[in-house]
Amino acid sequence: MSAQDLSIDRPARKHSLALSIGLALVGLNVAVALLTLFWTPYDPLNASGGRLEAPSLLHWVGTDRLGRDYLTQIMIGARTALIVGTGAVAIGATIGVTLGILAAFATRLLDDVMAATLDILIAFPTLLLAMLVVAASDSASLWSAILALGLAISAIVARLTRILAKRVLRQDYIVASRTSGTSWPGVVLRHVLPNIWPTLSVNFALQFGLAVIAEASLSYLGLGAPPPNASWGRLLQEAQGTVYTAPVGAIAPGIALVALVIGMNLLADGLRDVGDPTRGRSR
Amino acid sequence: MQKPALRLQVSHPSDERKPAILAYILRRFAILILSLLIAAVVLFVLLRLLPGDPANALLSVGADQQQIEAAREQVGSNLPLHEQFLRFVGSLARFDLGTSFVSGKPVIEEIATRLTVTVPLALLGFVLAVIIAVPLGILSAVKAHRWYGAAISTVSQLGIAIPVFWVGILLVTVFAVNLRLFPSGGYPRRGWQNEGQVLYALALPVLTIGLVMAASLIRYIRSATQDVLGSDYLRTARALGASFPEALIRHGIRNGAVPIVSILGIELATTLLGAVVVERVFALPGLGSMLLLAIEQRDYPNVQGVLFISTLLVLLIGFAADLAQRVIDPRLRERATGAAT
Repeated sequence: MSAQDLSIDRPARKHSLALSIGLALVGLNVAVALLTLFWTPYDPLNASGGRLEAPSLLHWVGTDRLGRDYLTQIMIGARTALIVGTGAVAIGATIGVTLGILAAFATRLLDDVMAATLDILIAFPTLLLAMLVVAASDSASLWSAILALGLAISAIVARLTRILAKRVLRQDYIVASRTSGTSWPGVVLRHVLPNIWPTLSVNFALQFGLAVIAEASLSYLGLGAPPPNASWGRLLQEAQGTVYTAPVGAIAPGIALVALVIGMNLLADGLRDVGDPTRGRSR
Repeated sequence: MQKPALRLQVSHPSDERKPAILAYILRRFAILILSLLIAAVVLFVLLRLLPGDPANALLSVGADQQQIEAAREQVGSNLPLHEQFLRFVGSLARFDLGTSFVSGKPVIEEIATRLTVTVPLALLGFVLAVIIAVPLGILSAVKAHRWYGAAISTVSQLGIAIPVFWVGILLVTVFAVNLRLFPSGGYPRRGWQNEGQVLYALALPVLTIGLVMAASLIRYIRSATQDVLGSDYLRTARALGASFPEALIRHGIRNGAVPIVSILGIELATTLLGAVVVERVFALPGLGSMLLLAIEQRDYPNVQGVLFISTLLVLLIGFAADLAQRVIDPRLRERATGAAT
């Protein structure tokens, strides 16, 4: 059989292009997010123009119903999205990789139970889980959203880690390494983690994008970070009410969001090829 | 022996074992019940984590200790935790979901009313997605090197990066604001007594769900078709004289459908729950808006009821999809009876 990818991929020559576009989109987002720490076009909290102004040279994306500059808020939204994506993936990776490695070493019974529980947790949709965690915390904040999304991601990461780690642990070089006196923690650090890292990092990039979408959905539902934290989801929710008079506000934050998520997905595609030497050779 | 790469990476805990088909159904049913129990535990724990005693909802401001005790007695929050849990599981098993703190009506009645919005919304969106995705997915795999094959897969890539609520808002902007074809939201007061109005109100929400789901389905169908196209059995069929469409229809569809069925199950379940967001976009009185309202009002019986029923639906869909997969794929069946190697 030909070594065709099972995953959904485009032809090989486009991959370096995918990586470049991905890096450019994510890089732009990071740059804008960092910029907002020092400078924004206008004060994000106070009116800087008339209400619901159409886009102009002064306000590139127009103003919202309180006269605040949309571009400023979208730029701050980029920061929020990065914080959520990074935070959720960091939590998910820490818990998920730890659990996954432990499951790979566990006895058959314990491993079966963990695998079944993870399957059920994954079947439970991220958004519902996040809604519950946010509702359970006293007040909706950015951190409760990050925690909720991180927990949801950890189940997915744990399942993946478990499968990958078990595959590595079956290899001959693990036996060799053990025979030559390496402890199990040493094996994990020296052989398992480096071997599963390429696949994991691709998954992290994908989960990052999903976390950004999920946070936007939470904010859209009114369960995200409260004002004055600008979030693309809440911007879209507020703009929906004025879509008849000022449609631009209901479109621009969405474009920013989709650009970041696509950038992350392209980055994942690109990483898949860079990070996995066996794939490169088969081409 | 080399296995044809037919299956997507869908984990299937029972793949390695070989029980008889009846044993498989029983085993799968046991997993269903076990999953429900785990879901009940998760629900119970999560609801105890919510701030405040659920009895508070029954009390007015400045209630004295006696009234508080009476209220706690009524909702059962004065019992030890394990007794609360047993009562909880017992009433779930009887579909007794309690009465709403806010409206005083039985939760199950409210859910039944809400389901008449959410179930048609999810099902119609699902059907639309399948109608869009099956031909486009196959086309984009068969004609991968033509411009439209590439265009279809690029657009479907876009589809997974777009939040469903934004698609809804965009459709509102186009079809409600600019073209004035459909309403931007709302639902007829008398519900299904007026079918025409319901379908009119559901048009944009269904389109929203259908488009987003179609985008992710296309990718799976494309991938499954590619596997079929590269398979040995298709080449054999062609070598034996079958025309390409004939070979594809007789051998391809059934083989390709196996991994797709479980994907469909997952997608349908996701849609049912993803309807929360779409209902919010179009102000539809479905299960999702019931959950949001209940969370806001701290109406615990309603929160619990919606979560339990939606989990039940998700698990039942997964169960049905797994059984359907066995029926479609004779190899899984044979393996199940132990006849094949």
